[in-house]
Amino acid sequence: MKELILILISAALVNNVVLSQFLGLCPFLGVSKQVKTAASMGMAVIFVITISSAVASLIYDFILVKLKLEYLQTIVFILVIAALVQLVEMFLKKTSPGLYQALGVYLPLITTNCAVLGVVLQNVQKEYLFAQRGWNALASSVMNGFGTAVGFTIAIVIMAGIRERIAYNDIPKPFQGAPIVLLTACLMAIAFFGFSGLI
Amino acid sequence: MNKYAERLYNGIVKENPTFILMLGMCPTLAVTTSAFNGLGMGLSTMVVLVVSNLLISALRNIIPDKVRIPAYIVVVASLVTIVQLLIQAYIPVLYDALGLYIPLIVVNCIILGRAEAYASKNSPGLSVFDGLGMGFGFSIALTCIGFFRELIGAGTLLSGTPFAMSLPEAYEPVSIFVLAPGAFLVLALIIAFLNAMNIQHNGNKKVEGCDGNCASCGQSQGCTDAKN
Repeated sequence: MKELILILISAALVNNVVLSQFLGLCPFLGVSKQVKTAASMGMAVIFVITISSAVASLIYDFILVKLKLEYLQTIVFILVIAALVQLVEMFLKKTSPGLYQALGVYLPLITTNCAVLGVVLQNVQKEYLFAQRGWNALASSVMNGFGTAVGFTIAIVIMAGIRERIAYNDIPKPFQGAPIVLLTACLMAIAFFGFSGLI
Repeated sequence: MNKYAERLYNGIVKENPTFILMLGMCPTLAVTTSAFNGLGMGLSTMVVLVVSNLLISALRNIIPDKVRIPAYIVVVASLVTIVQLLIQAYIPVLYDALGLYIPLIVVNCIILGRAEAYASKNSPGLSVFDGLGMGFGFSIALTCIGFFRELIGAGTLLSGTPFAMSLPEAYEPVSIFVLAPGAFLVLALIIAFLNAMNIQHNGNKKVEGCDGNCASCGQSQGCTDAKN
């Protein structure tokens, strides 16, 4: 249990997916103009990454490793993620139209969010493998995925909050648009450095 | 200018994927801790981009319209796996430095974006040159960011290559530049510098490109539709 909590904190804060690993930057820069949309994006990412960590781990452990096809992991994982996003979308549309409405266009966009593929590949790299550690490995994978997605949500919501405020500021012309957003991200990354002593 | 040279110019200057279109941000910021790593990432991406443009353009009349995105993804993922195995075998230093980011070339929005916006509509020859132009533009941008981060953050120049040099002992490296925040800072300053040059050049004309607001990054639709 203690190990799982450590994984969660490390994935969410210490190794924040956006600010220290540079994954999922496109939605982080693109969908962070308003807190509300940023929060929906975060929810959608939590949903998809948690499920895909579980599914991809199972497929890796019970199909790819068994057949000695580990080198096909990239191709298999990206297809699994793409199919999964579609499935989640259809499932939500039928079962909870409210949530589906809230997540809206952000669900399909997640297919190409590199954070999803990144987490799944990381789970393999960190050797959360069934062969070595049994069901614990699966729990670790899911926890790592969930923590990463929570970290993404924290980062994007804070970013959106800041951007809502700087929208009315007088920014020097050359810094308008992308540069000021990147500078904000830079300051946030420095702030998140503070978490590095946590574990 | 003939249309092949125009593709090169377009990729390197006019629609530079990093500085103007702001595509493929993840590898741009993550691996540019030195000029060598940046160049390695840029060239690997370029190889994938050129070959995927060629294949997708050649197959553009065979792939059914409805399943084109999954088909593109499979083509790109296969190419990335090949490149990954080649780097692992022949340039292990680079493989260790780039790590997770090599398989992540699959989801680099530049590649899917070019497949969707250009290769699926044009002849294989032109598509290859489009890939070359975009690839060079990306490599130059990454090398440039890596160069500054390495120079300021580690006090070395071109380490990892035969031309390695380092600054005098008296220079105290500002290590934050090779850490995560430095990546954001250097990219922000470079883009602001280019904007300032542009403003001086064109009066107050707004800088072209999607302004970092490419919500559908990689999905390619948003970016490419706005551009076409």
